[in-house]
Amino acid sequence: MSLLSRTIALAAGAVLSAAVFSGPAMAQDGAGQQLYPLFTYRTGPYAPSFIPFGAGNIDYLRYVNEVEGGVNGVKILIQECETAYTIERGIECYERYKNGFNGALTAAIYPHSSGLDVALTDKARLDKVPIVSPGGGQNIATDGRVFPYQFPLIFDYWSEAEIIVDYIAGQVGGHDKLKGVKIATLYHDSGYGRDTIEPLAILSKKYGFEDIQIPVPHPGEQQQAQWQQIRRAGADWVFLRGWGVMTPVAIKTAARVGFPVDRIIGDIWSGSEDDARPAGAAANGYLAVSVFPPGTDYGIIRKLKEHIVDAGKSDLKDNSKFGTVYYNYGVIEAITFVEALRTGQARFGNRPLTAEEGQWALENLNIDDKRIAELGAEGLISPLKTSIDNHKGEQVAAKIIQWNGESWNTLTDWLKADPTLFADAIKAKAAAYAAEKGITPRVDASN
Amino acid sequence: MASIQDSAPDAAHVAPAVSTPALMRLALVATGLVVAFGVVPAYATDYWLSSIIIPTIVMGLAGISLNLLQGYAGLVSLGSAAFMSVGVFSAYNLILRAPDLPLPGVFVLAGLIAAAVGVVFGLPALRIKGFYLAASTLGAQFFFQWLFTNYPWFSNNSQSLTISAPRLEFLGYDLQSPHGRYLLVVSVTALLIGLAFLVVRSRLGREWMAIRDMETAASVLGIRVARRKLEAYAVSSFFLGITGVLWGFAYLGTADAHTYNLDKSFQILFIVLIGGTATIFGNFLGAAFIVLTPIVLDHLVLASNVAYLSDQGAITNLQRVIFGAIIIFILIKEPDGLSAWIRRGVEAIRGRLAS
Repeated sequence: MSLLSRTIALAAGAVLSAAVFSGPAMAQDGAGQQLYPLFTYRTGPYAPSFIPFGAGNIDYLRYVNEVEGGVNGVKILIQECETAYTIERGIECYERYKNGFNGALTAAIYPHSSGLDVALTDKARLDKVPIVSPGGGQNIATDGRVFPYQFPLIFDYWSEAEIIVDYIAGQVGGHDKLKGVKIATLYHDSGYGRDTIEPLAILSKKYGFEDIQIPVPHPGEQQQAQWQQIRRAGADWVFLRGWGVMTPVAIKTAARVGFPVDRIIGDIWSGSEDDARPAGAAANGYLAVSVFPPGTDYGIIRKLKEHIVDAGKSDLKDNSKFGTVYYNYGVIEAITFVEALRTGQARFGNRPLTAEEGQWALENLNIDDKRIAELGAEGLISPLKTSIDNHKGEQVAAKIIQWNGESWNTLTDWLKADPTLFADAIKAKAAAYAAEKGITPRVDASN
Repeated sequence: MASIQDSAPDAAHVAPAVSTPALMRLALVATGLVVAFGVVPAYATDYWLSSIIIPTIVMGLAGISLNLLQGYAGLVSLGSAAFMSVGVFSAYNLILRAPDLPLPGVFVLAGLIAAAVGVVFGLPALRIKGFYLAASTLGAQFFFQWLFTNYPWFSNNSQSLTISAPRLEFLGYDLQSPHGRYLLVVSVTALLIGLAFLVVRSRLGREWMAIRDMETAASVLGIRVARRKLEAYAVSSFFLGITGVLWGFAYLGTADAHTYNLDKSFQILFIVLIGGTATIFGNFLGAAFIVLTPIVLDHLVLASNVAYLSDQGAITNLQRVIFGAIIIFILIKEPDGLSAWIRRGVEAIRGRLAS
């Protein structure tokens, strides 16, 4: 080793040991606080959507801590853990924070990845830690009897398919006019993308529209063949279930083959600013389903602007992301966490909740219209009521939004999915899962 | 650490007495087993078992699998993860569709299915070499991702095309807990390490090395090159198949086509490069490096105060830069991998003790 490399090694060693030894003295004491382990993916291919999403989460929790003085006086301690959107790192984060941190208790974990949500299912059942995935959970986990610790809150793709069909029915003049209408679903060829094949087949049989399913292999940078196929089939509407780069490429290719853009309806993951803007002028008039409505004209979003963003306390580096789909998604997610804490505190007392208490709280959520008004979240969230029977929320609802070249316009109010339509099919799938895994479903009385 | 010394091909350097190296080896193996089956389960916490020890061991095993092919037989593969996925999907379907099959049977059969697949994808090795062969093994990677995405039968028509680990039981013991999963992983690994040693020290292993060092000479000596090459793919894929089952069922608890993507194949390749080619225990060093470094860096950030001083996004990105820089540093300073480092260290200590 040369003198230079020795010096460098020594310096590096000194920095590292300083970092390690200075640590404990500066670590915050978390006793009396509620831990919010924030699973981040600030690196990797999906970082651009995480950055505003994480900021929405952090900003709302900072607002609750600093302006409202915590949840009934209980402060929330945010502790970030980088998963890079990989399951391996996510498991490490879960193990690191499942039992709390420095005295702060863990009440629930939001894994921020559908794959990680699935991977944690068995572990969380053993550890009795609730796993919450608003908008991205496992649909079969709606059945809380089989999945006591999974909470696929707010949304699922089967209901989305139904909402799309209902919206198209409204456009063509009623469900009875759907006969003969051709609806093509262009889907990302993955478990996520294939999830709508089954419900659309059921709906097609029910209403008589023609159901055309066309896969796009990941990542979807080439779609000429698929859009030619859509043209040849004479599709009237396209339900675009994209992911990442697939969405803007679809919009641009549609323009090239001459498919009208206002007949393309994007999935919730095809409906952010970053999905439409890269397609340029071709995206003007593009429609999308929205469960996390964008915009800054909501009471709570205005408060965040005043107390957090304008006060320079926001986690956003780029303020143009304020009020975007992903930012508001983060705010909505943080609201579900804070409201769960309130629900739990009403029963267990105004103190940090344990994971078991968090499970009870998440299972007894009731964010009704009155509470939504108090939160200043009218139009931002639709009522959310959970039970042992239904870990998703009894009423799934979404809006249709339209891209105007600059931002999204909201076209409709909440369109509600019929909660009974697929309930039995999902229950049956959950029962099959329980049989495969040897799980005895809980009964109501145990709670 | 004790068992690492065992791998050092250092017979020439050791003390003169004939029986000492053999005894020492035996003692080291015994210590290794006591640590693996006694000390670790007694003291390790759930966090250590579930998020550090289990993935390190399983990735080390993946490294061994690829090392058999690459380090000993001199062949290449960029499809390691695909063979792992064949293993895990086979095991899942075996458990599902033949519930009476005991767990060891499932592991062996899953390994054999992966081995058969490995032979098929190893066929191009009979005609092409080096870079071109690497490119052709990529085919396995894409083929199996496509297969498991497009034929939901493999995942028992699961809605998300994900398979979830079945209940792991052996002789009535429930292996679901972190300790149970650890014991499963470490038992399978111990057996496979034993098998790997047997293979590389057998005629098969010696002939692989002959082919690796000079193929023409090997065939002149009467070694059946084509057959040996396919056997290398079969053995390596057998190991990978079993490794895939452990990764999916004992570590992640789930698996889908994307769990075993090209990134994973590259990771396994890096483990071999960092750990050292043609070693057995070096792979665990490589795996420990790949698994631990990002976590250690993250803990350093947590323990220090940097997170409060600077932008979290910049710090997480910086961690990746540092991780990459360390890899480059190691590969430049020690092209033979970490195991060569350790070997030299051990020799130096022995030298001092002897003098």
